[in-house]
Amino acid sequence: MKDTKKIKEVTILFAGDSGDGMQLAGMQFSNASAILGNDLSTFPDYPAEIRAPQGSIGGVSGFQIHFGSVEINTPGDNCDVLVAMNAAALKANLPYLVKGGTIIANSDGFTENNLSLAGYASNPLHDGSLAEYHVYEIDITSLTEQALSDLNLPSKIVKRTRNFFALGMMFWMYNRPLEPTLNWIKNKFAKQPELIEANIRVLKAGWNFGESTEIFKVRYEVPPAKLPPGTYRNITGNQAIALGLMAAAQKAKLELFLASYPITPASDILHELAQYKKIGVKTFQAEDEIASITAAIGASFGGALAATSTSGPGIALKTEAIELAVMTELPLVIINVQRGGPSTGLPTKTEQADLFQAIFGRNGEARLPVLAAATPSDCFTMAYAAAKIAIETMTPVILLSDGYLGNGSEPWRIPDIDKLPPITPRYPDDPSLYHPYARDEKTLVRPWAIPGIPGFEHRIGGLEKQNITGEVDYEPENHELMTHLRAEKIDRLADRIPPPVIHGNESGDLLVVGWGSAFGAIRTAVQKEQEKGRPVSHLHLRYIYPLPKNFVEVLSRFKAVLVPELNLGQLVMLVRLHCNAPVYQLNKVQGVPFRSQEIEIKIEEILNGVQS
Amino acid sequence: MKTRVQELIEAYPFTSEKKFTPKDYHSGEDVRWCPGCGDYSILAQTQRILSELGIPPHQIVFVSGIGCSSRFPYYMGTYGFHSIHGRAPAIASGLKLARPDLSVWVITGDGDGLSIGGNHYIHVLRRNIDLNILLFNNQIYALTKGQYSPTTERGKITKSSPDGVIDYPFNPIALALGAGGTFVARSIDRDQQHLQLMMKRAAQHKGTSLIEIYQNCVVFNDGVFSLFTEKETKDDSTIFLEHGKPLLFGKNMEKGIRLDGLTPEVVSLKDGKYSVSDITVYNDQDASLAFIIASMSNNSALPRPFGVFLDVPRPTYEEELISHIAEAQKKSGAIDFQSLLNSGDTWTIE
Repeated sequence: MKDTKKIKEVTILFAGDSGDGMQLAGMQFSNASAILGNDLSTFPDYPAEIRAPQGSIGGVSGFQIHFGSVEINTPGDNCDVLVAMNAAALKANLPYLVKGGTIIANSDGFTENNLSLAGYASNPLHDGSLAEYHVYEIDITSLTEQALSDLNLPSKIVKRTRNFFALGMMFWMYNRPLEPTLNWIKNKFAKQPELIEANIRVLKAGWNFGESTEIFKVRYEVPPAKLPPGTYRNITGNQAIALGLMAAAQKAKLELFLASYPITPASDILHELAQYKKIGVKTFQAEDEIASITAAIGASFGGALAATSTSGPGIALKTEAIELAVMTELPLVIINVQRGGPSTGLPTKTEQADLFQAIFGRNGEARLPVLAAATPSDCFTMAYAAAKIAIETMTPVILLSDGYLGNGSEPWRIPDIDKLPPITPRYPDDPSLYHPYARDEKTLVRPWAIPGIPGFEHRIGGLEKQNITGEVDYEPENHELMTHLRAEKIDRLADRIPPPVIHGNESGDLLVVGWGSAFGAIRTAVQKEQEKGRPVSHLHLRYIYPLPKNFVEVLSRFKAVLVPELNLGQLVMLVRLHCNAPVYQLNKVQGVPFRSQEIEIKIEEILNGVQS
Repeated sequence: MKTRVQELIEAYPFTSEKKFTPKDYHSGEDVRWCPGCGDYSILAQTQRILSELGIPPHQIVFVSGIGCSSRFPYYMGTYGFHSIHGRAPAIASGLKLARPDLSVWVITGDGDGLSIGGNHYIHVLRRNIDLNILLFNNQIYALTKGQYSPTTERGKITKSSPDGVIDYPFNPIALALGAGGTFVARSIDRDQQHLQLMMKRAAQHKGTSLIEIYQNCVVFNDGVFSLFTEKETKDDSTIFLEHGKPLLFGKNMEKGIRLDGLTPEVVSLKDGKYSVSDITVYNDQDASLAFIIASMSNNSALPRPFGVFLDVPRPTYEEELISHIAEAQKKSGAIDFQSLLNSGDTWTIE
């Protein structure tokens, strides 16, 4: 019998070559942990190349999962356990392993060739350089081969199942259920029974190895977290956006039409929705970014809930069409899963540098609502909110996510669809009174007249239109009036968006204002500082344009403000426009999320200054 | 689930048995093309054939890009969308996929459709979405006042080519055939009867139909098609394709097109060397023949072909999309959205 040790939280990093199946192992581990009731946060990090040079540092793919019986907001600044399938994976990730942490190394991945590709002069597993860690050297490759020896499978296939050996070991070590993964294997390889057999055997072999080997002395128990009651599933940001749009279409009783062009890291939204034909979702993979948004605009004119998903470079291409949607005042949800830019930049890495693009990146006066999701599961809420605003305000809406949210996952409490706020389009009802630009007095929203209905025939377009009648009009006063009306319509949204919630005291020395995926790191840092008794609070903006009505007043209650964001300082410039107190910034553009410690250090630095 | 759009359509039933006239398709807006512009004729023929086909105005949408021709939707008493440069085929595609019940028309020009919108032109044709595309070809950028376009002939002096155009022009028919178009035709603004006939056939074709319409720009390219319209020259310089009929032309149909191998040549039926039986019989189901005949446009020694080059059946994109949806729904049965959200690997916290 081995000892079982109860722990509150742990971070595991699965790392290997980009062909080693580390993303899959990580996802499976996450799902099993979620089903067990842990709170969790994940961070998949992989190279842009499909199969980067084998064994090289550049080809290392990693999946980090932080799970626990306590509230988890980030994938973890550092990992406690590093599963390294080869020398490069160890070299690339050792700096993130806590001192005294555990290394599980696949000894077969430390050949002379592996060592030299990783830049090791000697084998770190044997040269004493890892003395301050617990190192378990396991020959995963040959253990896998042994498990499958009687199946006569090609060695390539045998090699591909190694990730499940590592996964099986970790399942044993952290006492996770095998069933979800067994089911996944059976579904995935339904047509290849030999692969079902092979993968299941290897997974179980990994588990049994943990159970029987002498080298592991303890296993761990991470009890369920105290999450609010409800039914949960583990969800990535991209999945959550897809479901949020579907929920909005259901609630609004509209057809959902998504037109997109493949782009990392947003393509999964298209993949996900393409699977929902069974509830009538229409997806369209267009010939380019421009065709995808314009097809969506066409569908919106036809009365659908239309959306397009992309990343920053795609938004750049779609810009003129976004303006067309602004001008014609048609509902449209535009999703930007941001990545490192500019240009092709860092396609698989995360960044928050498209905020200015979203708010300002158009010619002419072309205001539109800009929303930003804070966590993977918040992507559902914000996609729903974006669709509601688009339909009820007759406007394109930009929803900002990023690669970290899009691919990262966390438990999501499945909402009761009946309890989601209603979505009510404003259709004209009397043909004799109908005018395309006759607005609602309070909201300034124009009616949505749908082709196919007699009496509402009308023409819209990119040219300036006469107020009310919608006829082409070049008169100076009319253009000024229409420009004001379009802007005012968006600004009045501030009355209808939910006020932001302050986490911590309603006033104090320092308010940390964040947006987007920086949420987890900020929340963790602020909580730690609050536990130390520091007068710091956190406000997270999910509605960035227009800003919440009470924003200026909230800022005025703090002596200083800090804005951490993964760019050179974008939200901070908006905050400075609204704030008399000193506004500090913390920026990072390394293609990876903040570590909460980085924010903690900054908070302390500012507080020490404010208080001295 | 019945969508709100379906409910709305049902709430406004259209029961009128009235016979439509071209006037029912006028929007009432003042038409603002230059006096003498070929666009007037195309507008009039469109309004005429729509009334003859009896498609109610509220079931029709005209989508255009940017350029002189793209003002067209403002003059139609139908639903209309004057969009951005080059993108009308993509907007129309999204509209038609969302609303297969509508009759959707695309108005574009040689600059709009073949230059800035060239990518959408080829992709809409290969997908075969049931749209009717009218490509107004005046071989010039007119709204921007006289630059050469992708169909301007080589050597032409324009504002942006003071020493003559060195671009090789597109042949829009060959391009459409190469892109996999299923209905490809050419007509000309001045020939009202022919233009009406082409439009009716385009409207009846299921799938993307493309009509290249030669259209005279009186201001920036006047007379560019006069060879094909003037009494003295038109009989010898044009040939009208008709399915199942020999390719004859000339004032008294005394000349014909014969294929020498794969190369079309003009032969005379008067000198006794050739008879009608030597003349190629046109077949608008034959994409290879269509391409050979389309390429005659690049040779000024040959008559310019007009008519339907190709008219072949192929399932439309939206038909296939809808059948995928129907199959998926049949397979899954009725789905409650809440239970769909709750499916998969879930767990419950009490």
